[in-house]
Amino acid sequence: MSEIALVNNPNVGLDKTQKGGPYVNELSTLNLGPTHPATHGIFQNILTMDGETIVDAEQTVGYIHRAFEKIAERRPFYQITTLTDRMNYCSAPINNMGWHMTVEKLLGIEVPKRAQYMRVIMMELARLTDHIVCNSILAVDTGALTGFLYVYQWREFIYEIYEEMCGARLTTNMGRFGGMERDFTPVAIEKIQKLLKELPAALKEFEGMVMRNRIFMDRTQNVGGISAERALNYGFTGPNLRAAGVDYDVRAMNPYSSYEDFEFDVPVGTKGDTYDRFLVREEEMWQSLRIIQQAMDNLPEGSYHADAPHYYLPKKQDVYHNMEALIYHFKIVMGEIDAPVGEVYHSVEGGNGELGFHLVSDGGRTPYRLKFRRPGFIYYQAFPEMIKGTTLSDAIVTMSSMNVIAGELDT
Amino acid sequence: MNDQIIEALQAQFGEEGVYGIGESHGILQVTTAVENIVPMIHFLYAHPVFKFQFLTDLAGIHFPDAKGQELGVIYHLHSLENNVRLWIKAYAPIEAPNFPTITGLFATANWMEREAFDFYGIIFEGHPNLTRILNMDEMDYHPMRKEYPLEDATRHDKIDELFGR
Repeated sequence: MSEIALVNNPNVGLDKTQKGGPYVNELSTLNLGPTHPATHGIFQNILTMDGETIVDAEQTVGYIHRAFEKIAERRPFYQITTLTDRMNYCSAPINNMGWHMTVEKLLGIEVPKRAQYMRVIMMELARLTDHIVCNSILAVDTGALTGFLYVYQWREFIYEIYEEMCGARLTTNMGRFGGMERDFTPVAIEKIQKLLKELPAALKEFEGMVMRNRIFMDRTQNVGGISAERALNYGFTGPNLRAAGVDYDVRAMNPYSSYEDFEFDVPVGTKGDTYDRFLVREEEMWQSLRIIQQAMDNLPEGSYHADAPHYYLPKKQDVYHNMEALIYHFKIVMGEIDAPVGEVYHSVEGGNGELGFHLVSDGGRTPYRLKFRRPGFIYYQAFPEMIKGTTLSDAIVTMSSMNVIAGELDT
Repeated sequence: MNDQIIEALQAQFGEEGVYGIGESHGILQVTTAVENIVPMIHFLYAHPVFKFQFLTDLAGIHFPDAKGQELGVIYHLHSLENNVRLWIKAYAPIEAPNFPTITGLFATANWMEREAFDFYGIIFEGHPNLTRILNMDEMDYHPMRKEYPLEDATRHDKIDELFGR
């Protein structure tokens, strides 16, 4: 390099320890998102960086806000199920059934045991897909693509079970008020049995590649940690809270849909860092398999839906041949049936935590007010606090392990 | 537990300070005046038995017909130790929808209050950054208020009567 070039380079000979110079202690602003492959969704982070260290962060959310709460105030109850699909779309059946259970609580519908067990199975399958996505993408974000490919085919396989149960894959609209839309088909049972038999091997393989991997551990341990007190103060729920050491699980604390019949453990972490969140989700997948196994073994006989003709859509066959069924079909589809006056709250353990539905009904055909408690929206607030002082690459894995889903964030 | 909570609240805030008492599927609800909100939530937070130390949710609500108390806020508290939930409601007139912030106690209230501000125009006094959160900053109204129709009012192909609404 010529001497002139050196002279013209302002960084050469600059005393880095000297305060107040033109190039020292200068903060830069970096936009992470809104559309960045590493954010896995549409939301923006405005990072203030000192070199590679994050000094401050500010999130901007709402890029895919679709006014679900407003739309819900004009839709008959059964049409709101399709809105819930689009919140946490990685585990749509949990959202659907959480909403169904909320309305059943308002209407006072008793769901038969078989339908409850079927719901548990579908919800745990949804939890499996949710955690498979989160954990394998976390591995991808740390540079391990292969493990992702090993487990992702099982997510695909679970989607095939969804297809058997409702015809759809991602936005499932599964089930009805009062139970399930259809009984398990032989194909569905066969596929669930195959999953129970073969997913453990794939999961073990994935864990073998990632869990004690030196690179993965170095990238995730002591990264993006949060203490139990701060996590509670920030309203954390779900795996992110349990990773910090608080054993709050809605399934165990306020059992719904017969969860009290099943034996399962609630895994907890100690530090609340990225690695703990990964481990908690891994263990939850094993517990989900355990629950599905128990539910399949003890699946009760009986009807797969409640006898609630005012709210449960009749079979298409009956609609063509049966007068009452035709009338109810028409009334339900046109939203002619009023709900009782009341105010209910129901929460389920979603993929990311406590997914709550606060429903105020004034006795009309639509909710008067419906508030979705989306766990992702609530815990994403803590993100700046969790990444302050770390580097950009740490921020990426922290966000990835928190499993922030844009649909859930923005409703 | 719910009876004990009512008793303790009435002992602290007086019989007239706690009203609208009800229960919905085991969840107790009380209504109180706006100025009681912060003391009440602090009282329940610090109470040696109740320990309502988790804010599950905060929802705005609009009742256009309730004159003088059109806009409401529902605070949903959860005592994780006792597994008891509690709704505290408070209402304010739409001309001056001022509520105190509880961000000092719950960090999670930050975005919840911003959401209630965004959609209902409820002003949380003392909030560190009370700006819109999900809607765009240029918006000049609060869309969840009941006077704003969901559908475009100028459209003639969506007549409510034809759809039984």
